[in-house]
Amino acid sequence: MTFPRRAILPAILVAALALVPILAPFLQVVLIFALMKGIAVLGVTVLLRAGQVSFGHALFFGIAAYAGAFLAASPFDDLVLLVLAGLVASAVTGLVVGLFVARYRGIFFAMLNLAFSMIFWSILEKFYYLTGGADGLRQPRPTVLGMAFERGPFEDILYYVALGLALLLGWFVIRFLGSPIGQLFQTVKTNETRLEYLGISPRVALIKGYVLSAALCGVGGVLMATAQGIVTPSYAYWVRSGEMVFIAVLGGAGSVAGAFAGSIAYELVRTYAAAFAGDIWQLLLGAFLLVIILFAPGGLVGIYNSLFDRARRGTSGSGKRETGVPAKSAEVRS
Amino acid sequence: MNASPYLLEARDLQIRFGGVVAADGVDLAITEGRNLAIIGPNGAGKTTFLNICTGWIKPSRGRVAFRGRDITRMAPRKICRIGIARAFQHPQLFTEHTAIENMLIAASARSGRQNPFIDMHNLPERGEMMHLLDMVGCADVADRMVVELSEGQRKLIDIAIALAMKPALLLMDEPTSGVASAEKFQIMDILVKTLAEAKVTAVFVEHDMGIVENYADEVAVWSGGKVQFKGTPQEVLQHPEVIRDVIGGEVA
Amino acid sequence: MNAQLFILALFDGVAYAALVFMVAVGLTLIFGVLRVLNVAHGSLYAIGAYVTVSIGSAIFAAGYSPVLAFPLMLVAAILVGVVLGGLMEKLLLSRIYDRPEVLQLLVTFAVFMMLEDVQRLVWGNQPYFQSAAVNLLGNIELFGVFYTSYQLIFLPLVALATLIGLRLFLRRTLTGKLITAVTEDREAAQFIGINAERVYLLTFIAGAALAGLGGALASPTTSVLPGIGTEMIVLSFAVVATAGLGQIEGAAVAALLIGLGRSFAVYLYPELQVLVPYLIMLLVLLVRPEGLFGSPAARKI
Repeated sequence: MTFPRRAILPAILVAALALVPILAPFLQVVLIFALMKGIAVLGVTVLLRAGQVSFGHALFFGIAAYAGAFLAASPFDDLVLLVLAGLVASAVTGLVVGLFVARYRGIFFAMLNLAFSMIFWSILEKFYYLTGGADGLRQPRPTVLGMAFERGPFEDILYYVALGLALLLGWFVIRFLGSPIGQLFQTVKTNETRLEYLGISPRVALIKGYVLSAALCGVGGVLMATAQGIVTPSYAYWVRSGEMVFIAVLGGAGSVAGAFAGSIAYELVRTYAAAFAGDIWQLLLGAFLLVIILFAPGGLVGIYNSLFDRARRGTSGSGKRETGVPAKSAEVRS
Repeated sequence: MNASPYLLEARDLQIRFGGVVAADGVDLAITEGRNLAIIGPNGAGKTTFLNICTGWIKPSRGRVAFRGRDITRMAPRKICRIGIARAFQHPQLFTEHTAIENMLIAASARSGRQNPFIDMHNLPERGEMMHLLDMVGCADVADRMVVELSEGQRKLIDIAIALAMKPALLLMDEPTSGVASAEKFQIMDILVKTLAEAKVTAVFVEHDMGIVENYADEVAVWSGGKVQFKGTPQEVLQHPEVIRDVIGGEVA
Repeated sequence: MNAQLFILALFDGVAYAALVFMVAVGLTLIFGVLRVLNVAHGSLYAIGAYVTVSIGSAIFAAGYSPVLAFPLMLVAAILVGVVLGGLMEKLLLSRIYDRPEVLQLLVTFAVFMMLEDVQRLVWGNQPYFQSAAVNLLGNIELFGVFYTSYQLIFLPLVALATLIGLRLFLRRTLTGKLITAVTEDREAAQFIGINAERVYLLTFIAGAALAGLGGALASPTTSVLPGIGTEMIVLSFAVVATAGLGQIEGAAVAALLIGLGRSFAVYLYPELQVLVPYLIMLLVLLVRPEGLFGSPAARKI
């Protein structure tokens, strides 16, 4: 098996990411958030592959972050345990919510997710004696495998944990989507009637992917809370859900690489543009979202693929354009 | 367990569209190994009958038994799992996948594998699925997206997917409609041979009398909201009432 | 809970239900005809409220009669409907009717994001309050409780008039029948010469105007501040989903149910105030997945 040429640039980017704490520490804070958000966006991406969009996935981001914060207040204040707690909390919540929302598609699916996240958000705001209300909960720096670290080394460790998890989970999602269970999940998008006539419950097929998507958002959320040292209700607010959907579409709806490409591009622009455009940030996002949907539905990954194809056709003249949805060509199948 | 001599047996079915009773008192029995064609005018409830036999719709009255077991209120996916497969008038395919991927999805569904680390393309059933595509004459388009194929090819793949479930009984709704008439006999040749090889009994709704005459072992004539008559193609085609009510109407 | 609180909760619920209904009925009308869920509907409500308050404050400060508050609401509603609704349909929605539902949702969601910032840009973060309309109608005593006539009588009457008016319009007038025809079968309607694009545009404008009117009507009873649009879109979706998408009379019943549920929660369990509408929706959907009045879509093969 030869190394696909299409993957050269992504491989260089991953290597560059690994060197950031050494060569470009000023980018480290931006990129750590980008990686953590990217993991959460991966959850939204998974659902897009089944043709569904959720306007409430910040629910799982928030649930996991609060689960981590509660655990951090106990003696079991270790990074590994925090991540596990976030994973379990979000996956279990995902199963419960999924049992309900998987009966619906399209509009109802999107809006019921939003309703669930609004419920959770208002609980966070109102039950302040448990959740700290709008001020949120502080999350002290946890140990890592029982060892305590100073701020600097801890941030380096957290950066590599985020990068490692991003790669691991990205790889896992690609495997999942290519596996029988993941393929059945994706057919919810194209033909539920046939699925039913193959002896499969579309609802069950959808729930499996839903739990995965919730767990991914959860891992992103608990990592983010650890990096910021605080969790607030804004973790579960609809703005966060909207941001995740936006990044998924920006990167390339349904593309695993796009989830990270999108979140890195998003965080870089936000960090440097927010100073100039803080007041109209949502306005810019909305406008940009419209432009992508109407003019570049393949997102960043789609643009990369078509540039790559054009370049190759230009040099060798034998470039065969893959047919099918742009989102698909993002996934390296070999 | 196998008390009934029939593979599938419908008793006293009533079929309604909204408030209108389309058929009443339908009795129909299917014998294993005898391919049955159902003929009759449009709107008589033939497709609805297939929907009832596969659990998609519940009849307002009556019952359906498969190998003596009552399946009237079973969910389609359960009925599918005990051996009744379905092909459609409008092929029901996974439109963002290739032909072989459609087959492999069917194999995934049948096997129930939950391991997320297997690549669907490397499933052990791949050979078997290629063979099925080959049997319906679509091996050469295995790697093409199904949306790029002709209606005839998509109908054959739809049938191959149904066969991938290893059913005992296959229900087909107008397997040759929408296909150029020159192709029709070719498709039916392939189909009947495939079914015999796979030991599958077929029921098909059909309008083309040439097809019925050549490929059915038995024919059920559905008109006036009932199964009026059942017999061999020769018997049926010579029956004066059938000629008047069904065939005459179709030709005109 | 004593009798007086009970009556108060009842009145609160009815007044609130009337407002929510105005917004929800626009949402469900648009969905019924265009098959698009307008996520930006809540923003149209908020902008309707902002426009009413700021123009109202300006003209009352200039010495004009507070009676103008009522025609002003209509003006604000029409402005929102024609300018925002018309532009949104013409520039965006009309391009995407044949695209997947998810994309349509994303487009209206993008507009929602934009309009939320537009409100902040134009009106800032401070709350606005202008209650001329409420003061003008004064208070009324009913069952031993003093309540504003505006909320107890005017709002429910407007909601009722909207409900009956819409029904008569759709059933009795030619335009209404055309809208119904397009809703039932777009291709057939076009075949007999109905201009579906026009029907879609008019319906969207009408639905957007209803949202704007809802905001205009709400403005004298509450502070207008950022975030009211977000709360309203989720709430009116809860009403529409509880009723069944596209159900106009159903939306009225569901609005009452949710409005009353919410106001009783305010007096009994204040922490649950925000939760009650969603809990009602989830309970209804658990039992009837298509909503109270929705019928399951026939699954065609």
